[in-house]
Amino acid sequence: MRLNKWAGAAALALLVGGTAAQAENIKIGVVLAFSGANADLGQQIDKAFDLYVKLHAKDIAPHTVTLVKRDEGPPTGANAKTVTTELITNDKVNLLAGFVFSPSAIAVAPVVSQAKIPMIVSNAGTAWITNLSPYIARLSFSMWHHGHTMGPFAFDKIGCKTAALAYTDFPPGKDSTDAFKAGFEKAGGKITDSIPLGSAVQVPDFTPFFQRIKDSKPDCMYVFIPSGAHATGVTKAYGELGMRKAGIKLIGPLDLIPDNKLQDMGDAAIGTVVMGNYSVDLENAENKAFVEAWHKEYGKDSYPDFMSAAGWDTMRAIFDTIKKVNGNVTDGAKFVDAMKGWSAKSPRGDVSIDPNTRDIVQDEHAMEVIRKADGKLGIKVLGTTKAVKDECKEQKIGRCGS
Amino acid sequence: MPQFAIIGVSILFDGLAYAMFLFITSVGLSVTMGLMGFVNLAHGAFAMAGGYIVVALTRNLGIGFVPSLFIAAVLVGLISVVFERGLYRRLYKSTDLEQVLLTIGLAFMAIATATYFFGPIPKSVPLPTWLQGDINLGFRAFPTYRAFLIIVGLVLISVLWYGFEKTNIGAKIRAAVDNRRMAESVGINVDLLFTLTFALGSALAALGGGLAIQLFGLSPSFAVLYLVLFLIVVAVGGLGSLKGTLLAALVIGVIDTAGKYLYAEAGGFFIYAITVIVLLIKPAGFYGRE
Repeated sequence: MRLNKWAGAAALALLVGGTAAQAENIKIGVVLAFSGANADLGQQIDKAFDLYVKLHAKDIAPHTVTLVKRDEGPPTGANAKTVTTELITNDKVNLLAGFVFSPSAIAVAPVVSQAKIPMIVSNAGTAWITNLSPYIARLSFSMWHHGHTMGPFAFDKIGCKTAALAYTDFPPGKDSTDAFKAGFEKAGGKITDSIPLGSAVQVPDFTPFFQRIKDSKPDCMYVFIPSGAHATGVTKAYGELGMRKAGIKLIGPLDLIPDNKLQDMGDAAIGTVVMGNYSVDLENAENKAFVEAWHKEYGKDSYPDFMSAAGWDTMRAIFDTIKKVNGNVTDGAKFVDAMKGWSAKSPRGDVSIDPNTRDIVQDEHAMEVIRKADGKLGIKVLGTTKAVKDECKEQKIGRCGS
Repeated sequence: MPQFAIIGVSILFDGLAYAMFLFITSVGLSVTMGLMGFVNLAHGAFAMAGGYIVVALTRNLGIGFVPSLFIAAVLVGLISVVFERGLYRRLYKSTDLEQVLLTIGLAFMAIATATYFFGPIPKSVPLPTWLQGDINLGFRAFPTYRAFLIIVGLVLISVLWYGFEKTNIGAKIRAAVDNRRMAESVGINVDLLFTLTFALGSALAALGGGLAIQLFGLSPSFAVLYLVLFLIVVAVGGLGSLKGTLLAALVIGVIDTAGKYLYAEAGGFFIYAITVIVLLIKPAGFYGRE
């Protein structure tokens, strides 16, 4: 009752205040994986959010932001939907940000459509997520950004005339290999095999699958696995079977060499080529400043990764848009409209929001794992493809066309 | 050598290595279930603990991989006695449900503890150089680590077989599995026997956990993720049977590997197909008592 009165008074104040520029406190609901096996993924984005807010709070003065954080739960979507509904109805957030897993973003889409609250996605990569609601914008990537760009690059630059596909059997896995296949076959490459590697829940024994690929002798092996425990397993089995010696190159999207697991992978990882939008080692002024600020805040041993970079850009896009609309975030549709066409120099390179699809347009870097001068593993950029759009939506493939 | 023979040898080799891991990790669970009828879902947690001890010893104290495996097995064996005496013992006469609730609870607590100390990011271990690389037999190269796994497995099987079949204590264990009341009435201290076998089983699980790091990587969820595999091996082999567990591990290991190699599209389907077929024909498993 008391709360209602307070809310009523606030609403009245808003009405009276009208359009006059005044200090708004903007509430951003943050939905990230904070628990369970994937807690480290949520943390990487959360740290980037906090860092950006800390360093740039003054940029949007007199307005202020408050982050209201909730746990996304396991990658099923059910928990994300519950907490998002609570954020909207109880906490009255103005904006939503985060979403690590595609199932979460997919489950939440109808909620934000109904509530007319902008939802800024910082990771979930299934291509057609942005088709689900006009209130969704994405700052991370679509599976097609990495996969499709890798197709022609692998054929032209890495020397893959034939390639075997191997993927963890869940939606983004199929998405990523479809994307690679489309780009690779268009460039003239031939797919020799397509192998599902079991469910995302459990790391399987990769050896029999890879032995099969080794015996069919393709030039390259494109692997998609969820960025986590699987990645270490893939590199191990690949190294153990001596596949590089046998002339089969390991390629894939960025998820194959998560920055925080790279050092553990050892020599087997050297020579792996991945396509992605970020690495700690990218050489540009923004990234240097970003990594420096990160070390200063979280210590020398903590590194940002591609999720952190997307988290950083998410907050930046939100802040820039808040400035643009002068703190008036009550109209969700207007806010999303204002975000269309946003562009910036990011730690990842040049990024912008495609006004037609509300998805990110970004540079894709082909990166090879090398042993750096200081003895640690790192990456070397082999080539950069500028301003890559989500090809799935450009070509209107499957659900991306709706 | 013709191509199909090379592929056959390769599948047998990989399957055998996988089977050895399954056997080492599952045999303790089988004996616990067979001897006391106790459903120990925390078995995977002991394996995980072994894995993390190996990680800590090799990474932080610089002890070699093989001695670390041994230390981990002994430590976990000793720790398991505390659990057995302190907690498990109280529930021997309880229903399956209560045992399941206790042990799955322990497994979740173990996951939380491991996450607290080691973090959720998967760990790996540094292998000595003699375990890296591969052994080239001319017609095909085999990963050295898998050969090592097979040798460890064969040695353990010989030791366990000798212990079970040829020693006094082995005879007592077999007697207790067959007929517990009769064994007790002729003066065998089944309680003590059980503590011993429980510790041995847990130590073997820890060894399996340490060996598995190189195969799957090690994260806290290891405690429950691979439990299904272990339970399948136990069910297919028959509760409490050493021979059964070995046979089940071999059948599952080799057929699963062959399925993944030859019919990759069907992926992990084969392991479940074997389980269903075996249990339809022999509901108590290969060597279980009907």
